[in-house]
Amino acid sequence: MAVARTRTADQGVQDLRPVAEPAAPQGPIAEFSKDTEFQALRQMLLIRRFEEKAGQMYGMGLIGGFCHLYIGQEAVVVGMKMAMADGDQMITGYRDHGHMLACGMDPKGVMAELTGRRGGYSKGKGGSMHMFSLEKNFFGGHGIVAAQVPLGTGIAFANAYRGAQNVCVTYFGDGAANQGQVYESFNMAELWRLPVVYVIENNRYAMGTSVSRSSATTDFAKRGSSFNIPGKQVDGMDVRAVKAAADEALGWCRAGKGPTILEMMTYRYRGHSMSDPAKYRTKEEVDKMRTEHDPIEQVRKRLLDKKWAGEDELKKIDASVRAVVNEAAEFATHDAEPDPAELYTDVYR
Amino acid sequence: MPTEVLMPALSPTMEKGNLAKWLKKEGDTVKSGDVIAEIETDKATMEVEAVDEGTLGKILVPEGTNDVAVNTPIAMILAEGEDAAALKDGKAAKVGASASAPARQEKAAELTPPPAPPKTGTAEAAAAPAAPEPEVPEGTEMVTMTMREALRDAMAEEMRRDPDVFVIGEEVAEYQGAYKVTQGLLDEFGARRVIDTPITEHGFAGLGVGAALAGLKPIVEFMTFNFAMQAMDQLINSAAKTRYMSGGQVQVSIVFRGPNGAAARVAAQHSQDYSAWYSHIPGLKVIAPSTAADAKGLLKAAIRDPNPVMFLENEILYSHSSPVPKLADYVLPIGRARVVRSGTDVTLVAWSMGMSYALKAADELAKENVSAEVIDLRTLRPMDSATIVESVKKTGRLVTVEEGWKQSGVGAEIAARVLADAFDYLDAPIERIAGKDVPMPYAANLEKMALPSVADVVAAAKAVCYR
Repeated sequence: MAVARTRTADQGVQDLRPVAEPAAPQGPIAEFSKDTEFQALRQMLLIRRFEEKAGQMYGMGLIGGFCHLYIGQEAVVVGMKMAMADGDQMITGYRDHGHMLACGMDPKGVMAELTGRRGGYSKGKGGSMHMFSLEKNFFGGHGIVAAQVPLGTGIAFANAYRGAQNVCVTYFGDGAANQGQVYESFNMAELWRLPVVYVIENNRYAMGTSVSRSSATTDFAKRGSSFNIPGKQVDGMDVRAVKAAADEALGWCRAGKGPTILEMMTYRYRGHSMSDPAKYRTKEEVDKMRTEHDPIEQVRKRLLDKKWAGEDELKKIDASVRAVVNEAAEFATHDAEPDPAELYTDVYR
Repeated sequence: MPTEVLMPALSPTMEKGNLAKWLKKEGDTVKSGDVIAEIETDKATMEVEAVDEGTLGKILVPEGTNDVAVNTPIAMILAEGEDAAALKDGKAAKVGASASAPARQEKAAELTPPPAPPKTGTAEAAAAPAAPEPEVPEGTEMVTMTMREALRDAMAEEMRRDPDVFVIGEEVAEYQGAYKVTQGLLDEFGARRVIDTPITEHGFAGLGVGAALAGLKPIVEFMTFNFAMQAMDQLINSAAKTRYMSGGQVQVSIVFRGPNGAAARVAAQHSQDYSAWYSHIPGLKVIAPSTAADAKGLLKAAIRDPNPVMFLENEILYSHSSPVPKLADYVLPIGRARVVRSGTDVTLVAWSMGMSYALKAADELAKENVSAEVIDLRTLRPMDSATIVESVKKTGRLVTVEEGWKQSGVGAEIAARVLADAFDYLDAPIERIAGKDVPMPYAANLEKMALPSVADVVAAAKAVCYR
């Protein structure tokens, strides 16, 4: 067996492994009806167009601070949500706009939070990384890498405590997967058989550090193995594969068997945040993912191939999604900033 | 109508940049996500992607132009069906631009005076109690018990009252509590509601906050608060800030409790007072009782409180006995100090273990004809500075007592408030008795020197009285 990494006194650890192509995970593919394909397309397009618009508004100075876009990863959250039942909860980190839209939160309220306006989900006090909707069972929106993992485990604990059949889907990235609190959570979740699906969105870069440069073992689906938590690698660019894996994982949890891990092999097209030029990867790598694996293009192609839709119809869908996003952007641009009196509210009740 | 593409800001601080290169030329078709140009900022070269679809109608800023201000139109995109003639009428939609560009709004905000903060200068005023100390009816039977028993009774009563209340932590169930505070709870409430955790403070603190997000009311026991440093991020970032960050939508009703401060001979890593640490944080309430009755009444209040509460106990005080009113539901208001002993010459303010020093010092001082008024702060946040200020207006002199370090300590905060609100009444500089400015030593003699003592308090009180 070839030695993958060596340490030398003068050069430190040399990684001899080639930059890994995402493995093509083998797994079931859900059969999508025409309606389901359209549903997936609309949801993913909504996220894509929303994020493009957010990037543009950031460029115009309408959105401040950090802004982490989900472009490229849309199939993960949309496929998961399609499998979730009423009352199932969702929690994630700071790359969270897609999750909120998938949960059915109002794009106007999300965009207005990005612009820091009073009509935002957190009245303008939270921003891009801190939004919640109890009504839609979306529990944030957390800015500290991996902090959402024990939180999501605690929401699952509440489900178990109440004897509810619901599952908390807890998202985090390949970067968060190296935080200690993830493994503290895995231990408790398996020990108490908590209904939680850990979705590791492996987009291959923790900010600018590739998975192979940050992780001694890069197969995140196996990260639960010392706790006996089953894990699976899933093609996170194919919404049907995500849906199939989600069905299985949620079923496992609902049967009282405890947590599961789904490692979604995915990719973000944009930088880590708006101010990241993403020079740690090649243009070819990004182009290859965009042209060969784009989650939205895959659905469009299937719809066209099966003659379930023509170009005109797909254009109409895109136009209607753009209209929704433009309306959100208009609202978020013109809505008033928070009343100054809001500075001191919502600290305590 | 053609769409203007504006020079984008690519970082939170960027004001201008260089248009390094156009990757599309006039007449090219552009789709969402196409890279159309490269822009150099002071930090990096960034790619600019098109958001709108159509044809690149006109390049307004040629490549190689330096110092292009953010939001300058750099190109025009023609929508499908438009031709170059449309560029001539001079009308264009600025992409997403609007009358209320943020720069202008910031200026407007600068002109508006900020709202007056609540009286104490902090958001905690909103949490200040309106409820007076409940009267204990005449003839109420008093039962003498240890603080340990009082805390246990408080938890048991609240667990009987509300099925959403549960206890979680290391050794709280089968071992009956590392310091026996949860004794008997497992027997009464079972393993579903009294939960032993692995040694995993960061994890179970976060799990507790998650359960609270979902509407449960956890009591999270830290075997001692020394171990809560492992969980600090969850306490501050997740528990304390979520109500604010969610615009008031989400609440975290949770109690973190356990012994705080020095015990005896356990040295630096196991002997630390976190009073000042937690009292620094808006969004937390911080309670540190000194008697069994206060421990019971305030813990019951903390469990019912809709906010995260840090409940700082003390290992040495666990075995101290004092009378507790035998009432069906003894709940005290959070945020009220109590004048424990009236006096006229000097005000001593303390809490938790510090009260032992203060009360003994008051006895000593009485022998020397110095009349000390002793205030038990009981709650560190929200802080009842009004009671302290009223007392200082009477005595003109103040000594604070804490086990924690002096720099940025709770005594410093009390002193600042008194200086602001009772400056003219002070007859002497404020004295702060605190733990010595060293990690806690192990050797018995050094440990004793590092902690505050009755003699320290007596000396300070006499000093401010010029005696």
